[in-house]
Amino acid sequence: MTKIFKHVQSTVVPLPIENIDTDQIIPARFLKATTREGFGNNLFRDWRYDNQENPKDFVLNHPTYSGKVLVAGKNFGCGSSREHAAWAIVDYGFDVVVSSFFADIFKGNALNNGLLPVQVSDAFLAKIFEAVFADPLTQVDVDLENQVITIASTGEQESFEINAYKKACLINGYDDIDYILSHKAEIEAFEAK
Amino acid sequence: MGQTLFDKIWDAHVVSSKEGFPDVLYIDTHFIHEVTSPQAFDGLRKAGRKVLRPNKTVATADHNVPTWEQHLPIKEELSRFQVETLAKNCKEFGIEFYGLGHPYQGIVHIIGPELGITRPGGTYVCGDSHTSTHGAFGAIAFGIGTSQVEQVLATQCLLQSRPKRMKIEVNGKLQFGVGAKDIILYIISQITAAGGTGYAVEYAGDTIRSLSMEGRMTVCNMSIEMGARCGLIAPDETTFNYVKGREFAPKGEEWDKALAYWETLYSDEDAQFDKVLSFRAEDIEPMITYGTNPGMGIGVTQHVPATKDIDATEQLSYANSLKYMGLQDDQLMLGKEIDYVFIGSCTNARIEDLRQVAKFLKGRKKADNVTVWVVPGSKQVEQQAIAEGLDKVFEAAGIPLREPGCSACLAMNEDKIPAGKYCVSTSNRNFEGRQGPNSRTFLASPLTAAAAAVTGRITDIRELLQEEELVG
Ligand code: SF4
Repeated sequence: MTKIFKHVQSTVVPLPIENIDTDQIIPARFLKATTREGFGNNLFRDWRYDNQENPKDFVLNHPTYSGKVLVAGKNFGCGSSREHAAWAIVDYGFDVVVSSFFADIFKGNALNNGLLPVQVSDAFLAKIFEAVFADPLTQVDVDLENQVITIASTGEQESFEINAYKKACLINGYDDIDYILSHKAEIEAFEAK
Repeated sequence: MGQTLFDKIWDAHVVSSKEGFPDVLYIDTHFIHEVTSPQAFDGLRKAGRKVLRPNKTVATADHNVPTWEQHLPIKEELSRFQVETLAKNCKEFGIEFYGLGHPYQGIVHIIGPELGITRPGGTYVCGDSHTSTHGAFGAIAFGIGTSQVEQVLATQCLLQSRPKRMKIEVNGKLQFGVGAKDIILYIISQITAAGGTGYAVEYAGDTIRSLSMEGRMTVCNMSIEMGARCGLIAPDETTFNYVKGREFAPKGEEWDKALAYWETLYSDEDAQFDKVLSFRAEDIEPMITYGTNPGMGIGVTQHVPATKDIDATEQLSYANSLKYMGLQDDQLMLGKEIDYVFIGSCTNARIEDLRQVAKFLKGRKKADNVTVWVVPGSKQVEQQAIAEGLDKVFEAAGIPLREPGCSACLAMNEDKIPAGKYCVSTSNRNFEGRQGPNSRTFLASPLTAAAAAVTGRITDIRELLQEEELVG
């Protein structure tokens, strides 16, 4: 049973960097846990803290920015397939990641954990960054049912795509395994071939 | 209309296909390792589910293991616990586990092929992005997340939408000193680290055809570094000869039947691809990366691009990347002093890689200021290297042969590159901190890495070698 997701309105955390890989989101040395919880503390660990654990100048350490929506540069989540990256983002408290391009495996992992990846145009992404840097209290509104993202202060909107099956899973909290197991007879027939 | 190789294999594995839903795809073999599986087993336990086909699941320990004195217990507690957890889970769910000390243990993408488990026409998944390696056999193979690991354990199937198809052709004769690793680093440098996203990539052309299976695996391994869902190469005599006689390969009549099918596995003449790219082998130099993603690569004799020549929206990230690497705009890479050399990983730790490096190192010594790790990809590779006396060659060069594992590829075990240090590495990722917090990675071929080991700096292998030396 995945988390149920419908609608989020929130301030955002801006991260205008391209090609953020999953090794940055959660470095390998933190992958030794055998449960899904607690990864949020180590989200962007090496960008947040130096070797002596002192906070660095990084947006997550910046009291100006907070919220449930992470907005990042293009090709977000490239690299390793580690689902820990999605767990860390969720555990930290984000419900949505906005970027103009997502790596494939990350996108799937996010959707499987109730984290909505919203892919927008480069132009719209630039508008969000612009609005947030002008006013850190800027909110975005993410409406999954209608597949629309809106910058609340300006009313600018863009629609986004999502696989219809995955959308239904998010809205209803369905699980892929239940869906596949409903094909048990077909699996057995396939194996008998 | 004809079909692509990818579509032939996909169609042969569709269990259910419904409009508006991803396909239910049957998985022939599911590889698992210690890092991305514990939460999946937990999920099964919580839901009271079993592993549907334990005999189609293969487990090994690779990411966390030490590569020195493997007979001793793993020192680091969390690593040891993770490996023990896998052993326990395998026992509970009836899965064969090739743990430390087992003759088949090794990096998951090395052992599948060498045991004859990876075969043409099959479907393979693993909670690991470099599963794309197995596509070298003309198979569909890709990395999945832990929720999907649980899914495959429970159902032997994966819910998946069909990706688009891309063909990348490389034709022509490679320059001497240039190999499979240089080909793939070159392709990624041309199409960027995101250029393959959403695609299954088939590599074709006479240059690709001329590669050994080891070379083809190196190419397919790094498909994920351009974002591709998977990479594959149509099987041919080279493939069949490699698979034949291996531990779990089909034998006798089974073999004949399998071979007859495998011979039908190619993209038809009139098959349609969503995208086709072509490269000339002659354009490829020995490659080196200078930045913090695998797309940031250049020929070893080239200069680092200047920030002003980069797309305006990416200049900030680019400048940060150079800063992290301690490099300047327009800097010449040749001659750059380095501290470590890592020859290993699922990209370049097969017996052929070790042979090539040993051949070059024979009669040479590593530079005093450089630490060099040569890490075989599996127990079988290690044993083979010892049987051929390669360990003696490495030793004479001042480099003890280590034991199998992922090692310095990802800094989850004891092998880490210290902060600020430079490492020429045959692995596949140069991300910030990949080889240890604040480590700096230059990706290169085994030969370029070996050249750096000898000189202590980034070196053009062609300056150290006569062409004849490399042949044979
Ligand atoms: S060698 Fe590196 S890339 Fe390959 S499986 Fe191990 S950690 Fe992953």
